[in-house]
Amino acid sequence: MTPSEKELVRLLQEDIPLTQAPFADLAAATGMTEDEVLEKVRQWLADGTIRRFGAMVRHQRLGYKANAMSAWDVPDSQAEEVGLTFSRSSDVSHCYQRPRAEGWDYNVFAMIHAATPEDCQEVAAKLSRQAGIDKYELLFSSREFKKISMKYFIEPGRPK
Amino acid sequence: MDDLDKRIVTLIQAGFPVSARPYADIGGQLGIGEDEVIGRVKAIMASGEIRRLGASFDSRKLGYSSTLCAVHVSPEKLDVAVEVINSFYNVTHNYERNHHYNVWFTLIAPSRERIREILSEMEERAGIGPIIELPAKRLFKIQVNLPVIDG
Repeated sequence: MTPSEKELVRLLQEDIPLTQAPFADLAAATGMTEDEVLEKVRQWLADGTIRRFGAMVRHQRLGYKANAMSAWDVPDSQAEEVGLTFSRSSDVSHCYQRPRAEGWDYNVFAMIHAATPEDCQEVAAKLSRQAGIDKYELLFSSREFKKISMKYFIEPGRPK
Repeated sequence: MDDLDKRIVTLIQAGFPVSARPYADIGGQLGIGEDEVIGRVKAIMASGEIRRLGASFDSRKLGYSSTLCAVHVSPEKLDVAVEVINSFYNVTHNYERNHHYNVWFTLIAPSRERIREILSEMEERAGIGPIIELPAKRLFKIQVNLPVIDG
């Protein structure tokens, strides 16, 4: 990334200016032209560099008050098939394969959203039947210690 | 928020226009003027209903490494451990969960080396560990259009 592009990332991870021509204002701050900024943002949206572009609102997802991190012990040869099965569920927002670790036998993770913790357990039971995987745990969060958006390109030693 | 505010929020949640005069474009869709859109968005942001108006980036696409970490922390060490872990701006989410590994956090850093450095520093400063590290090997699904999940 060029220095101007990194500067644009730094600006876009803050608030978009509330002015008539906000991209022209961003352009002025980065040394790019307005058209270059518009083109770059469109390109980043198209290639997935920007995941979401717009308003992040405060309220919780309506009707989905509970969430649980489900962790599954899946034979490695079946991880892909199981991950794809879980991903088809509309109650699952995120699904990853991760390594196992000392004291941690689970290699597939699925974040479950439902109205209540009991509903999360029902969703997990259903996923278990669908995937044919019996060994799993549901981890509920009892406290949120931190939740922020990452700020990129602000520390020494950042990616070139 | 009145009806018009809600319609504005719905529109710019789905996607902020990438155009020379985005607020005029939003106004055009709702039948109101550019200045009124700007005034209303300012008020909605001041009220806190919109937390942020901007971009959420994919850390990997920017060349960063990210990982999920977990650690067992005994009750008497919890306050100090959370303070140490949260002191790194690289920690974006941190939750207490019902498991022997009771503290779970996500970490984003410019390199794998920096992640290892940060974890060692946390273990040393908080007197905890070992911290287990579970970087994603494969992403099956990430639902990005949820209003609440940010970063």
